[in-house]
Amino acid sequence: MTAAVSPGRRRPLRPARVVLHLFLGTIAVGWLFPLFWAVLTSFRSYQYTAVHGYVSFGGWTIDNYVTAWRTAEFGRHFLNSVYITVPAVLLTLFLASCVAFVIARFSWKLNIALLGLFTAANLLPQQALLIPLFRMFTQIPLPAWMSDSELLYDSYWGLILVNVAFQCGFCVFVLSNYMKALPHELYEAAMVDGASVWRQYWQVTMPLCRPALAALATLEVTWIYNEFFWATVLMRTGDKFPVTSSLNNLRGQFFTDNNLVSAGSVLVAIPTLVIFFLLQKQFVRGLTLGASKG
Amino acid sequence: MSDLPLIQADRAVPPPAATTTTGGRGRRLRLLSGTDRVVITLMVLVPLLLVLALVWLPAAATVLLSGTDWDGIGPLGEIDWVGWRNYDDVVNNYPPFVPAVQNNLLWLAALFVVATPLGMFLAVLLDKELRGSRFYQTALYLPVVLSLALVGFIWQLIYSRDQGLLNGVFGGDTDWYGDPHVNIWAVLVAAGWRHVGYVMLLYLAGLKGVDPSLREAAAVDGSSETSTFFRVVFPVMRPINIIVLVVTVIESLRAFDLVWVINKGRNGLELISALVTQNVVGEASRIGFGSALATIMLAVSLIFITVYLWTVMREDKR
Repeated sequence: MTAAVSPGRRRPLRPARVVLHLFLGTIAVGWLFPLFWAVLTSFRSYQYTAVHGYVSFGGWTIDNYVTAWRTAEFGRHFLNSVYITVPAVLLTLFLASCVAFVIARFSWKLNIALLGLFTAANLLPQQALLIPLFRMFTQIPLPAWMSDSELLYDSYWGLILVNVAFQCGFCVFVLSNYMKALPHELYEAAMVDGASVWRQYWQVTMPLCRPALAALATLEVTWIYNEFFWATVLMRTGDKFPVTSSLNNLRGQFFTDNNLVSAGSVLVAIPTLVIFFLLQKQFVRGLTLGASKG
Repeated sequence: MSDLPLIQADRAVPPPAATTTTGGRGRRLRLLSGTDRVVITLMVLVPLLLVLALVWLPAAATVLLSGTDWDGIGPLGEIDWVGWRNYDDVVNNYPPFVPAVQNNLLWLAALFVVATPLGMFLAVLLDKELRGSRFYQTALYLPVVLSLALVGFIWQLIYSRDQGLLNGVFGGDTDWYGDPHVNIWAVLVAAGWRHVGYVMLLYLAGLKGVDPSLREAAAVDGSSETSTFFRVVFPVMRPINIIVLVVTVIESLRAFDLVWVINKGRNGLELISALVTQNVVGEASRIGFGSALATIMLAVSLIFITVYLWTVMREDKR
C-alpha cells in the first residue's frame, strides 16, 4: 500500500496496486454475494432445489414471484407503505425546515436547547418509549372516517405522526447547519424589500436549501420505508402493515420455502434499490451532509 | 428503523466563504412585527409540541412508570408506587436479563472492534482514487439501503439448516439462526455486513475533508503513509470519530429488527430492546417491569447522546 498518489498521470500497474485491486475486488464481490444469492434463489423452483440441493444449476422459474405477489398481497402492502411514507416525509421536511429556519435565522437564548431537544429525540431508543406511547395510542380516539379502528393505534395517522416526531430531529440538525451557512446579506436585502418572516422562509431560504432538501428526502424515504419497529408494535391489522413489517407476517405462510422468502425479499428491496441507483448521489450526500457542502 | 442518522461531517473543514454567521446573525425578536412574531412562534411551537408529546413525554412517563406496579389495565389513579422493586426484579429475578446485557455488549464489541475498523480501513483504501473505486464503494454500501429486517431474511438463505447455502456447501447440520450457542454470532455477521458500509461512507466523507497540505507536510517530513494516517489524519477527523463512536454505541443499544424477525429475541438472541417489547405487546403485559428495563436503555443512551451533543455544539461554536 505504498503507492504514492500522483494525480493526472496514469502509471503502470505496480504489484502493490494489483494486490490492492485483488483485495478490494474480493471484498466487493463477497459483499454483493448475499444479495446475488437471494436473487438467484428467488428464480429457482422449490421442487428442483429440494431434490438437487441449492448448490446446483437449473430449475429456473418466475413462479415464486407470482406466488409471493398473490398470496402475500404485496400490491396492497406497497400501497400502505406509500400512504405512510409520502405524508411522513413531506411533513418531516416541512416542520423540520420551519424549526431549522428559526434556529438559523434568529439569535435567541433558547436556540441551543431547542436544537439539542430535537437532535436528541432522534437518538433515543424507540423501545424505551414504547410503553407510554402504546398506551397513549390506544386511548386517543379518531373519527371512523380517519381510521376504522377509531383509535390512533392501528391507524396510518399514528404511524405517520410517530415517524415524523422521530425523524424531525435529524432534519432540523442538518437543515439548521445548512441554513447557517447562507449569506446573511440575503436577509438584509429581503428586509429592505419589506419581506415578512414567512416570505424570508418560503421564498428566500427554502429555494436555496433545495440540494439539502433533496438529499434529506431521499434518505428519509428509505428510512421510513424501511421502518420496522413502530409498524410492528403500533399496528394490529395485517392488511394495514407497510411492506417492510408485513414481511414478518409473511414468513408464517412461507415458512419452509426459502425460494418464496427470497422472492418476497427481492420485491421488498426493489423500491429502495431503485431509489438508490437513481439517486445515489443524493443518498450518499444525505448521509454525509455537510462534507460535500459547497 | 434504525439507522442512525446523525451526521455532520464537515467540522474539520471551514465552511464556504459565504458564511457570516458570527457577525450578528439575525435580529432581535422584539424588532419584529406582530404577525412575524406569531409566525415564528407557530413555526417552532407546532413541531416542538409534536416532539414533546411523542418523544419526550413518553420518555419521562417511562421513567415514572418504572417505579410502579401498574399492569396496564386499571385506571392511572390506582397505581401503587413500589420504588426500586422493579429494578431489583429485573436484575435478580429475570433470567433473560443477564444474557440480554451480554448480547448487547457483544454486539457493541463486534461492531466496534471488527466492523468499524474494517469500514475505516476500506475508506482509507478507497480514498486513493483508484480506478473502479465507484464499483467497490457501491458494492460496500448497498446493504445500507436495505432495512435490517430484510437483512435478516436475506441471511436466512445462507444460514437456514436445511435450505441454507452454508450447510449446502460445507455439509453439517448447524441451525445457524436456531442454535442458541451460535445464533448471536450468525446475526452479528449479518449486522456487521451492513455496518461496515455505513462506517466506510462516513469516513470516506471525512477523509475528503482533510486538508491535503497536512499530508504533504507529513510526507515532506519523511513520515510513512501509516504513521501519517495515525498521527495526522486520524486526529484531524476527531468529529467524525465521535460520530462513528456514537453511531456504533447507539446502534448496538437499539438493535432490534434483526433478532425480532428471527425469533422475537428468544433462545439465544435476547436483547434489552426485545425484552422491553416482549413485556408490552406480549400476552402478559408487565408495564412497571418493562418500564424499568426501558429506563435502563434510556439512561445508557442519554449518556452518549449528551457526549455527542456536547461535542457537536462545541465544534459548532468554533
